[in-house]
Amino acid sequence: MSLSPYVPIIGMFALAAGFAVMSVAIAPFLGPRRFNKAKLAAYECGIEPSPEPIGGGRVPVKFYLTAMLFIVFDIEIIFLYPWAVSFDSLGLFGFVEMLLFIGTVFIAYAYVWRRGGLDWD
Amino acid sequence: MEDLSLPKIDYAAVAPMLILFGVACVGVLFEGVLPKAARRVTQLVLALLGLVAALSVIVWQSDTRVLTAGGAVAIDGPTLFLQGAIIVLGIMALLLIGDRAMEHGGAFVAQAAITVGSEADRKQAVKEQGATEVYPLTVFAIAGMLLFVAANDLLTMFVALEVFSLPLYLLCALARRRRLLSQEAALKYFLLGAYASAFFLFGVALVYGFAGGVEFGTIHDSVTESTQSTVLLYAGLAMIAIGLLFKAAAAPFHVWTPDVYQGAPTPITGLMAACTKVAAFGGLLRVLYVGFDGVAWDYTPILGVVAVLTMLIGAVLAVTQTDIKRLLAYSSIANAGYLLVGVLALSKDGLSSTMFYLVAYGFTVIAAFGVVTLVRDADGEATHLSRWAGLGRRSPLYAGIFTFILLAFAGIPLTSGFIAKFAVFGAALDSGEAWLVVFGVVTSMLLAFPYLRVVVMMWLSEPGESTPTVSIPGGLTAAALVIGVVATLVLGVAPAPLLDLTTSAADFVR
Amino acid sequence: MHDTVEYAHASGLLSSVWLLIAIPLASAAILLLLGKRADKWGHWLGVASVGVSFVLGLTYFFQLRGLDNRAVELSLFDYIEVGSLHVDFGLLFDPLSAVFVLLITGVGSLIHLYAVGYMEHDAGRRRFFGYFNLFVAAMLLLVLGNNFVMLYIGWEGVGLASYLLISFWVERPSAATAGKKAFLMNRVGDAGFAIAIFLMFAQLGTTQYDEVFNGIGAVASGTVLIMGLLLLLGATGKSGQFPLQAWLPDAMEGPTPVSALIHAATMVTAGVYLIARSNPIFTANETLQTVVVSVGALTLLIGCIIGCAKDDIKRVLAWSTVSQIGYMFLGVGLGGAAYALAIVHLLAHGFFKAGLFLGAGSVMHGMHDQTDIRRFGGLWRYMRITWATFGLAWLAIIGLPPLSGFFSKEPIIVAAYEREGWTAWLFGTAALIGAGVTAFYMTRLFVLTFHGPKRWTEDIDHPHESPPVMTVPLVLLAVGSVAAGGLMASSVPDWLVPALGDHSGEEVHAVMSHGLITALSIVVTLLGAGLAYALFRNGTALQEQPAGPVVTAARRNLYADAFNEAVFEKPGIFLTRALVFLDNRGIDGLVNGLAAAVGGGSSRLRRLQTGFVRSYAMSMLTGALLVVAAFLALQLGWLA
Repeated sequence: MSLSPYVPIIGMFALAAGFAVMSVAIAPFLGPRRFNKAKLAAYECGIEPSPEPIGGGRVPVKFYLTAMLFIVFDIEIIFLYPWAVSFDSLGLFGFVEMLLFIGTVFIAYAYVWRRGGLDWD
Repeated sequence: MEDLSLPKIDYAAVAPMLILFGVACVGVLFEGVLPKAARRVTQLVLALLGLVAALSVIVWQSDTRVLTAGGAVAIDGPTLFLQGAIIVLGIMALLLIGDRAMEHGGAFVAQAAITVGSEADRKQAVKEQGATEVYPLTVFAIAGMLLFVAANDLLTMFVALEVFSLPLYLLCALARRRRLLSQEAALKYFLLGAYASAFFLFGVALVYGFAGGVEFGTIHDSVTESTQSTVLLYAGLAMIAIGLLFKAAAAPFHVWTPDVYQGAPTPITGLMAACTKVAAFGGLLRVLYVGFDGVAWDYTPILGVVAVLTMLIGAVLAVTQTDIKRLLAYSSIANAGYLLVGVLALSKDGLSSTMFYLVAYGFTVIAAFGVVTLVRDADGEATHLSRWAGLGRRSPLYAGIFTFILLAFAGIPLTSGFIAKFAVFGAALDSGEAWLVVFGVVTSMLLAFPYLRVVVMMWLSEPGESTPTVSIPGGLTAAALVIGVVATLVLGVAPAPLLDLTTSAADFVR
Repeated sequence: MHDTVEYAHASGLLSSVWLLIAIPLASAAILLLLGKRADKWGHWLGVASVGVSFVLGLTYFFQLRGLDNRAVELSLFDYIEVGSLHVDFGLLFDPLSAVFVLLITGVGSLIHLYAVGYMEHDAGRRRFFGYFNLFVAAMLLLVLGNNFVMLYIGWEGVGLASYLLISFWVERPSAATAGKKAFLMNRVGDAGFAIAIFLMFAQLGTTQYDEVFNGIGAVASGTVLIMGLLLLLGATGKSGQFPLQAWLPDAMEGPTPVSALIHAATMVTAGVYLIARSNPIFTANETLQTVVVSVGALTLLIGCIIGCAKDDIKRVLAWSTVSQIGYMFLGVGLGGAAYALAIVHLLAHGFFKAGLFLGAGSVMHGMHDQTDIRRFGGLWRYMRITWATFGLAWLAIIGLPPLSGFFSKEPIIVAAYEREGWTAWLFGTAALIGAGVTAFYMTRLFVLTFHGPKRWTEDIDHPHESPPVMTVPLVLLAVGSVAAGGLMASSVPDWLVPALGDHSGEEVHAVMSHGLITALSIVVTLLGAGLAYALFRNGTALQEQPAGPVVTAARRNLYADAFNEAVFEKPGIFLTRALVFLDNRGIDGLVNGLAAAVGGGSSRLRRLQTGFVRSYAMSMLTGALLVVAAFLALQLGWLA
């Protein structure tokens, strides 16, 4: 069969789908049923998506800012790791490139810092 | 572990992009460190200098024909021409973006996060200076477009696509007035743009599955030589085309265009209508001419249908519009159709005439949106068509300029619009695509009607109570208008030099 | 087969022939750009610029007469050069363009002069002259270009100017509608013309007249037919011929000088020019010629039949224009020596029709802008100059010897009888009947306007003659109506030989003797005129009377408007609505619409009103599925 290399992939899809369906299906039977207001809210995260609260549904943006900044540095680490592993073969070129990359990230960092993105209030 | 071989990079060839990315980063830094009062002038000068420097490098490098950065970037005739076009049109758009003479604080909101309609919002609308982040964002977008037209593999192309799209999504949301409309536009553009990007990326994956590589050279070779099933190839090409046609505003992927053109700040609309169009068609040309030219016979009828549909929808729906920005949006859709006709000529003439069309249309459309920024009342721009009635009596000069621009859109002879249409239709006919030309001619006749309706409205109606005054443009807008109008006229009367240039630039490297 | 076409290069005085166009163009620019500053003297500049062009035109004309090869070309610069496509910005001054130049600038100067008086009380007079000059410049470019693209540029330019001038009094809704109608119907024709040019380019690789005409022999006959039909479509649009005739009478909403210059003397004859200019193309295919002849014959009958049923002085004249241009189409369709006859008729028509329109304008000037001939009558006593000049032009158009219409129209009728076989009877008789009916309705118009009892509305007590600035052009045009025909009929055909070919040696035989045809045409003319005089010398009913089906049909323009509405407008509106619906609501709008139509739930209907991004995403997805499916279908061979 020419399709044989795809068989494991199909199996993988089947497993993934089965797991997803099973998790949803089994939860009502296994979970304890203790309902309260917070439990019934969508997402259980403290933000009511609907109806909008008085004042236009404003939510504090600070969490998001911090989270986004974290992701920026998170991704930087992901790039740094393979570079560090093959530092020897990349040589000076790789070193300069990485300096440029870090420099660019720090420009964004400087912008956030100077414009008050790091102040909590 | 095996040794990594570093890609060779021709720094001079990619210098325009490096300069602009550098300028944009420095711009972001300036936003952080400079005092508020000094930012606008510094940013504007920095951005303009950067663009001029990049343009100079392109002119200086105009004989370069190389593949560089490990084959990821192709610097050849079309790349250099389109990059130059994007920069020149970008400078014009930047002039519109930078002007603050018509409205206190410029066309942009001071703080995008202020609640719409709140007291703070009303205060910012009349008092505060607009955000200066627009300058680095614009430069990022332009730099992304330069990379997009130079990209020689699908992944670089995708990265470039995102680099120039993301700043545009943001810029769309930054209108000073009618902020809900602006934010809605940005969100629609973002969601649908992300949707289209997903198509593009999926297409890249499928093509990779077929060709075993993402470079256009590799794809070209396997298209012509491979003996395996071509399902992946066709499905992938279709999806890549969808991603590009979305940016080009071709039907049925045009749905975002009217809403976004209407809601975005007008200078940004100008930037999108001119530069994004150049970039999108630059990318499409390279994909179709370099990567997939081996299956040209197969995709021509399908993209031909898309082109016909695009021309029809743009032309017919332009007739019913009542808002000048939406009218120009549908006209932009129809023009995407005419450009597709040029692309589908699939010949050297097709390439050169499409490039000519892009430049000619870009100059005219930025000037058109420049005039739109001038017609305003107490609530900002007056874009409803009924408000333009009698404008010719109030302000003959600007109504005259706009009339000339509309005549150029309508393809009336002695304007660049006529030459551009003539060139693309001629090229398509040479390649035997007569049916596209017939549709093109018929729809362009139809499209002339809404334009002339505006002309008649401006000149032959009495100005009413609600006819707004026309602001005196600031020096920057005036400069952009002069460039646009002069270019439209010169390219209409003496197009030979630019046609020569496009012809000599019309060779891809593979 | 025709001889090789060759043009010499312009030298000496003739190399400045571009001035003809540049002068009115510059004047238009000054008038439109200076704005109110030019209000005081602008109209005189407008008149002067056309006058100077006329004098220049005369000079060039005499210069050209002295040359051996009476056709000179002047290439100003390379206009378009992309790939194999090459278009010169070049001019051609040959006998054909020379007579058009003289007609446009000569009659144009007189009408410009007249407009000074006619538009005196109009606030927009300077603007009017600006557009008017623009028109003259474009019209001159149209006739002076040396390739089809130049012709097309002028073609678009005159169309634009005509549209602006019809809508000039835009506060009248009828004027705005008429402008739109003219524009749209012209677009249909223009599209045909544009495609013809592209076809020419694809087949011959050029649009230069000489190269096209020399190469046309090598083109397949079917292609020539299509090319010619497309050119003919363009010509019918511009010249108000069947099937695109309906816009021309509505165009009379514009100021009367516009009707005289653009919609009678010059622009509407551009179609005749186009066919005469491309005579090698039309001569190359017989079917094509028959189509042109049929269009001409049909239109000349349509025009004169409707002309009998109209009561508006300008509309009667407009339908008579349609009908007279029908004669010209008949002429150019007959080919051979008749090309020159059509041009002679065109020139003669330029004089007498301009005279008729200006006379009508003079009448309206004295009668508080009324146009209903049922409310005129007995005016000859009050406006003697207008009466006399209008009368001469009337005698000219009905073709009574020795006025100009006789010398220009009668040879066309003869030429129609010179066709072979039964078509000679068909077309010849159509032309003959047309002459009689023309005499009838033009006499009706003249008698009802100037003679018989006064039937004026109450607000008019004493109509006055127009000022000299208006009557002088009338007199000059009347002189032209009297004298021009005989002079031109003897000289113009020879003069036009370099452009239209030499047909003097060709043997032709009419199905009747020449003298008999002439006698017949005079007889039917007298019959038509006499009948009209007998019927209308005592005036007519003031209101529209109930009438039989023929008259009703004629009053309704032979249902051409209803036809256009049913065939073009309704589907157009439907297409637009459907596209608007799809575009605003996306594909799921369609789905919801169907669901709502089936279920009828109001909440579902309301969802149609939204422009949600999800609808957009849905239509994008649908489009994407279609595109991918099309590609895959192609791959599997379903579509190839």
